[in-house]
Amino acid sequence: MYKLFLRSLISALFLLGFSINANAEFKVGFVYVGPTGDHGWTYQHHEGRNAVEALGIKTTYVESVPEGADAERVIRQLAQSGHDLIFTTSFGYMDPTNKVAKDFPNVKFEHATGYKREHSNVSTYSARFYEGRTLLGHMAGKMTKTNTIGYIASFPIPEVIRGINAMTLAAQKVNPDIKTKIVWVFTWYDPGKESEAAQALIDQGADIIMQHTDSTAPVQVAEKAGVWSFGQASDMQRFAPKSILTSIIDDWAPYYVERSIAARDGTWKQQDTWHGLKEGMVAMAPYNSAMGSDLIKEVEQLQKDLASGKAHSFTGPIYDQKGNILVAEGAVADDGMLAGMNVYVKGVEGDIPQ
Amino acid sequence: MEVQLIKIEKRNDVSRSIYFLTPVLAIFLTLFGGGIIFYILGFNPIEALKFFFITPISDLYGLSELLVKATPLCLIAIGLSFCFKSNNWNIGAEGQLIFGGIVGGGVALLFYNHDGFYVLPIIILSGAIGGILFAMIPAILKTYFNTNEILVSLMLVYVAKLLLDYLVVGPWSNPEGFNFPETRQFSESARMPILFGGLRIHAGIFITLITVFLTWLILYKTYLGFQIKVSGLSLKTAKYAGYKGKTMIIIVFMISGACAGLAGVGEITGPIGQLHRNISPDYGFTAIIVAFLGRLNPVGIIFASLIVALTYLGAETAQIFLQVPKYTGQVFQGMILFFLLGSDYLLFFKIKFLGLKKNEL
Repeated sequence: MYKLFLRSLISALFLLGFSINANAEFKVGFVYVGPTGDHGWTYQHHEGRNAVEALGIKTTYVESVPEGADAERVIRQLAQSGHDLIFTTSFGYMDPTNKVAKDFPNVKFEHATGYKREHSNVSTYSARFYEGRTLLGHMAGKMTKTNTIGYIASFPIPEVIRGINAMTLAAQKVNPDIKTKIVWVFTWYDPGKESEAAQALIDQGADIIMQHTDSTAPVQVAEKAGVWSFGQASDMQRFAPKSILTSIIDDWAPYYVERSIAARDGTWKQQDTWHGLKEGMVAMAPYNSAMGSDLIKEVEQLQKDLASGKAHSFTGPIYDQKGNILVAEGAVADDGMLAGMNVYVKGVEGDIPQ
Repeated sequence: MEVQLIKIEKRNDVSRSIYFLTPVLAIFLTLFGGGIIFYILGFNPIEALKFFFITPISDLYGLSELLVKATPLCLIAIGLSFCFKSNNWNIGAEGQLIFGGIVGGGVALLFYNHDGFYVLPIIILSGAIGGILFAMIPAILKTYFNTNEILVSLMLVYVAKLLLDYLVVGPWSNPEGFNFPETRQFSESARMPILFGGLRIHAGIFITLITVFLTWLILYKTYLGFQIKVSGLSLKTAKYAGYKGKTMIIIVFMISGACAGLAGVGEITGPIGQLHRNISPDYGFTAIIVAFLGRLNPVGIIFASLIVALTYLGAETAQIFLQVPKYTGQVFQGMILFFLLGSDYLLFFKIKFLGLKKNEL
């Protein structure tokens, strides 16, 4: 009898917990890895959220959620408190997202940059940032005097390797003597480490600084040293007005709007999205006039061709560092190869850290 | 002309009950201060405080999460209480936690796809040993080379973090994981048993509870506990009494390292299930607040860990329901400590206002 009572008490409490929070209104939740004011990765996701909010859809966000044990609770709380669609915007949320998705089959989940879709209510999405890197490579190849490009890299994951390769290939096309020097900082956001890396690259003769990290420190170092640089994730022009040639912008707004409307109208389906310049998920900030109008015209044309599919970032022949052929002449790399990319192309210095 | 002079005097008679009541007072002052902050931000303070302190634990899941969060905090703080009671300032529990996690996680990876009841106990034990080994560095340096344990233990946190970074990026990274900085998910045999289906509360809580009980036993019922307390009150007295100071330093660091290591291994075999770069959201540092809020007393630390854990959960719900910045949680933790230290000061010292004529100076 006592046990029965206890059991019903527990289930009653459970139901109470759920029913308090149950709400009929359509709501979208966002989980951010950084603060909304990081001027990089999270800032851009937050801009995407603002676009959804502007439609009159109610949204909620939780910022600076560590990618450890806390992530699962935050995602679950959003699901439990009546959110119908939840965007988890960092790779480290992959397993927690799938775990919570299993327990909330009626809630839709969208995980950025991951590869696990263990349940039918989990979609993944990412951007073809490498298309932007191709444009950067073209500009870098034309602008460099020392033929040395400095690249601040975060982690040796395919996304970062792809960016390095795409940039190097495009730079080689306009300047065969180009060399890419890389410093791995093993962090996405650490202004101190990033500026040290930028300085080290400049000391090694790089007159172009590129980053696959999120802080504005590298462009500020470049500005001081009088070398060229490129912004990352958001338009960082105001942090280094002279030095920045352009920034690759992550524009999540169209995707967030589309998916939110689909979820609200009941047409949401599981998918794996990989959008680029064509769909506008990757966009370019205004080009610095210091490049000269001829180069700007070239880059704008290349941008159009990449968007239309006339040009591809990985068009053969492509060789690895040892000279083995990766992509045959005339062919282009398929998405499978791009997704798992783990070798450098010829012209990149050093080894991928293992 | 009159000049106000302030004189600060030590109080001789501090009531024991008030000593244990000041943390409660600090919490009430924090609630009051928090209410004012919410009011300034434009929220109804009562409602905001309700979202902060009641909503997170209004269902079973929330209660279980509170315990999941409090378990490591309590365990580390209990270990630290040994150090702090005996005037050994171990600030590097975070590093000991991470190193315990590294050793325990390494063993868990060694036993990948290996079944057997003995797997988990071995992992837990190795985590504790990892914590002990890492805590031995500042302890031995202090006893034999007279270094400052605050500096050494704090700096070793970075060593542990960088070592973990290196391992999860390089040699231990998941071979099927596209080079992402994380290890494989541990096998089921290497995971802490879940106590209730659907909740995350795991068997690690028993480790914490047993540790609390043992701590109470050691501190209040053994000669060792007496020695620790005496050395904390007066090192000279301890010396005259003939206590072996060096051995004691080693012992308290061992205990506190073991607790931090256990907390680390509890996290990776409990809610996380793998090694990656973020196995601890600074539990080792937050536990310092917990230890002092709990008056370095085992029972006090249990309550303190629950309250501090609640500030984390509260910050999340407050952001979900009210969209106040998540950093309010840290503001609350800061306020609790501030009010506690403030009332402690007034408890141990009295402030006298002396009105004096200028010519008397």
